[in-house]
Amino acid sequence: MKLTLRVWRQKNADAEGAMATYEVDGISPDMSFLEMLDVLNEQLILSGEDPVAFDHDCREGICGACSLVINGEAHGPERTTTCQLHMRSFKDGDTIDIEPWRAAAFPVVKDLVVDRSAFDRIIQAGGYITAPTGSAPEAHATPVPKADADYAFEHAECIGCGACVAACPNGAAMLFTSAKINHLNVLPQGAPERETRVLNMVAQMDEEGFGGCTLTGECATACPKGIPLTSITNMNKEWLRATRKAAKR
Amino acid sequence: MVRTIWGSTVGKKTVMAVSGLIMLLYLVVHMLGNLKIFFGAGEFNHYAHWLRTIGEPFMHYEWTLWLVRVVLVLAVVAHAVSAYQLSRRDIKARPQKYVHSKPRASYATRTMRWGGVILGLFILWHLLDLTTGTVHTDFQPGRPYQNVVATFSTWYGNVIYIVAMLALGLHIRHGLWSAAQTLGVGSRARDRALKAAANVLALLLTAGFIAVPVGVMTGVVS
Repeated sequence: MKLTLRVWRQKNADAEGAMATYEVDGISPDMSFLEMLDVLNEQLILSGEDPVAFDHDCREGICGACSLVINGEAHGPERTTTCQLHMRSFKDGDTIDIEPWRAAAFPVVKDLVVDRSAFDRIIQAGGYITAPTGSAPEAHATPVPKADADYAFEHAECIGCGACVAACPNGAAMLFTSAKINHLNVLPQGAPERETRVLNMVAQMDEEGFGGCTLTGECATACPKGIPLTSITNMNKEWLRATRKAAKR
Repeated sequence: MVRTIWGSTVGKKTVMAVSGLIMLLYLVVHMLGNLKIFFGAGEFNHYAHWLRTIGEPFMHYEWTLWLVRVVLVLAVVAHAVSAYQLSRRDIKARPQKYVHSKPRASYATRTMRWGGVILGLFILWHLLDLTTGTVHTDFQPGRPYQNVVATFSTWYGNVIYIVAMLALGLHIRHGLWSAAQTLGVGSRARDRALKAAANVLALLLTAGFIAVPVGVMTGVVS
């Protein structure tokens, strides 16, 4: 396959960026999108140019490191992560636009790499359970109804890649935050911090400069892990419940 | 609690949802009342007069009406201020557009902001036209039937009204469903029913309101 790539190049956080055009040849349809970028970078290094910086780690679709908005869609045309997107989703001769996640809370570090530490700070605000560490507890000591376990797992699937923020026209982190809250709030282990968790995490999300939700549903469409839009509905419900409870004290 | 709600994006959306539902409830009553125009001038004008005497003798003349007006103004202001502040925040949160952009959200979703502005301007014109009569060409106090017929006998009266009602339908279509999500009553099982309810109500309200100018244009109401 022969492709034309238009890639966002930006030297550093303060530099002005622009789209640059490259040609790549000899791309196999079985290559992953990241392998295709590796080919481009080898080509750039051999010709003495600066390779394109992009985030990647496990390349198995489970770590949440890879990003990229491909032809205007977070993680490209398939509902998966960029590392699991294969070149067979494109045609020979295609022009592909590759841009970084765009959000005020995700500043560009270099080229296609953005700083997603705002997500870490949202987690630090309540995306955990306070429990004594040590040896693993006996699994049956805390019974969890099957439906709750399934619900928790569905939300625990969130890998924190930030595609929801990238796809949202408001740069909102509602889907990420709601996935993390719902995952823990439905479980008995998460119950003691049920209220403080939702209040603190939503407050931190606002603090980071993410936008609000206008229910366009773009986030859930882009999510490679299929976190549903109703996740946000449930976070709103939890938030209202916690606000009412806090007012009573 | 008030500070928590007003200071949070989730809380401010709650304000939008509740104020929106108040206005929606009013619109349903307003639309049903409007349909009385098809029963003639006597019944319509009598109904309009009754609106001023609701609650008598406990309430003084026009007190109930003014109470409703105050609640509505508060709802409109709360709705508009939250929308403005949230929109400012949303635009700031996404300062750079994608070179390759792909609008995928529905038309109703994408037109919420400008649709809201259009509706605000329409309400202003509507009040100056049929409540105060300021911009009405031939306003007769206490004779709303004649005033309505006069407004819808002009081309611009019809155009403004019908365009605004179409905008209203789109606004409610996305707004009612969104309010359910914001208030946390939506769920996967209920999603289809909620979407259908929002679409049906939007359609009924738009059709009900537009029936009046169409009635005047076709000569059914004169």
